[in-house]
Amino acid sequence: MKKPFFTGLSAAEIEEINAEIEHYPDKAAVAIEALKIVQKYRRWISDDSLIALAELLDIAPAQLEAVATFYNLIYRQPVGKTVIHYCNSVTCWMLGSDQVSEHLCRHLKIELGETSADGKYTVLPSVCLGACDHAPVLMVEDQLLLDVNEKTINGIFER
Amino acid sequence: MGEGKMDKPLTKNIRPDRAFATLADYESTGGYQGLRTAITQLQPKEVQQWVKDAGLRGRGGAGFGTGLKWSMVPMETPQTRYMIANADEMEPGTFKDRMLMEQDPHQLIEGLIIAAYAIQAPIAYIFLRGEYHVARQRLEHALLEARFKGYLGEHILNSDFNVNIILHTGAGRYICGEETAMLNALEGKRATPRAKPPFPLVSGLWGKPTVVNNVETLCNVPHILHYGVTWYQGLGRGADKGSKLFGVSGRVNYPGLWELPLGIPIREIFENYAGGMRDGYKLRGFLPGGASTDFLLPEHLDVIMDYEAVAKAGSRLGTGMLIVLDDRTCPVKMVLNLEQFFAQESCGWCTPCRDGLPWTITLLKDIIAGKGRREDLDTLSGLTRMLGPGNTFCALAPGAMEPLQSALKYFRDDFERYIVDKSVLKESV
Repeated sequence: MKKPFFTGLSAAEIEEINAEIEHYPDKAAVAIEALKIVQKYRRWISDDSLIALAELLDIAPAQLEAVATFYNLIYRQPVGKTVIHYCNSVTCWMLGSDQVSEHLCRHLKIELGETSADGKYTVLPSVCLGACDHAPVLMVEDQLLLDVNEKTINGIFER
Repeated sequence: MGEGKMDKPLTKNIRPDRAFATLADYESTGGYQGLRTAITQLQPKEVQQWVKDAGLRGRGGAGFGTGLKWSMVPMETPQTRYMIANADEMEPGTFKDRMLMEQDPHQLIEGLIIAAYAIQAPIAYIFLRGEYHVARQRLEHALLEARFKGYLGEHILNSDFNVNIILHTGAGRYICGEETAMLNALEGKRATPRAKPPFPLVSGLWGKPTVVNNVETLCNVPHILHYGVTWYQGLGRGADKGSKLFGVSGRVNYPGLWELPLGIPIREIFENYAGGMRDGYKLRGFLPGGASTDFLLPEHLDVIMDYEAVAKAGSRLGTGMLIVLDDRTCPVKMVLNLEQFFAQESCGWCTPCRDGLPWTITLLKDIIAGKGRREDLDTLSGLTRMLGPGNTFCALAPGAMEPLQSALKYFRDDFERYIVDKSVLKESV
């Protein structure tokens, strides 16, 4: 039995990840979930977190990096306190997703993909969020917003 | 809620207020009776045969026979078998599995347990897309309920059958819906597709026999077992059996989702359910089954929605979710949007897809910017062949080429106007 060998992850993170590992015959299978757990606490995946996680899962950092960089919802750069994903797939595009992203960026004085100066918001595009009957749609952190218009968007910033 | 509405088994528990059916709700309309039939009265092989006889075909897009798929799993070997529910719904224009999971999660769970019994798998995974947070919460809740009540876990319904279901969430990548890429994702690897053969039915998750079925497909299974094969076959109007979720999005009066018989004419879905086009808009065309299906035209409205009929009309039933193109949206720009999706979501594993899709986008952008040449249309046609079936590891690139090749055929004038008559450049989307 190896001893705990890194200091990069918190006890809570390790505990949650170990609980996931129990479900699988191979530790590596929790890669995505483990990245999501760390991201829940730290908001993004730094190189240090990635290396510590790879060690915990007994895989090469390169393998975990190949996983981490593959997904739209794993952030390898710092993001704001709230991440706003706007859907830019076909139905939302037809019904005004370009205007939605322009309005968001203009309001926050950022380019797409950037974080507002106060560190509060990051705006990212997303592929189809599966609510095309209510296009255009946004996902603010975990919450889906339907039939989005300027009023809905302003509402996000008034919270 | 009684056992009425028998022509709509999949959505009978769906409530207008979008609340979800609890275990008690689900049981009150015949829930877990199909599982009881399967486990207490039938051998696994018999369950496979029932589903085969019912004529259920995969609802994820490909339309492969579900019972046939199950029957191809080697049952005599001592190795572990795995069952996976493909809940990675990410096909643009598609929002059916989300509703099924959010509003009636036990239906998927029961279908998955029966499928696991049919192939004698001790473990089943639900691979759920990371963006579906509500579905995740409701499935977690429903799994606890099912375990508590003895439908899931060890000695299910006092039998010798044990199965555990693990909810595994992704983090947002279209290719994970491809079944071999999903296996790599589950194993903790970069989710690129695998070369086939060997097929997952023989060598899948961790090299073991594995079945992957779409959420909607699995949701059909409990009803086949509970109400029987003959009843199920009576649900379809055309050659295909059963009911199906059909949806419409775009500039129609009532975008939405309905459970209807397979074989229903597209016109009926479009006019009676979606309410036709909004005032001031005309129907120009539509993708009948998600982003990776060929365009059809208003003249195809009388085609019926079943696998063969839509294929004969030159497209695919796909997910059965229509995306409507109106007369004020430019088809060339719509195709550009679709190809941008596919290029971004390409995993980059094989060359035609990784390089061909960005090339497609460059050509389309040049055409739209007024820098296109006539030869570009030939180059695009060439790409639809180069990225077509047989040249790539998986179906992503061939799927991406379907809307492009049909747009070049049906909306050629729109492409040519950008090249020949630059007046179009002043118009907006």
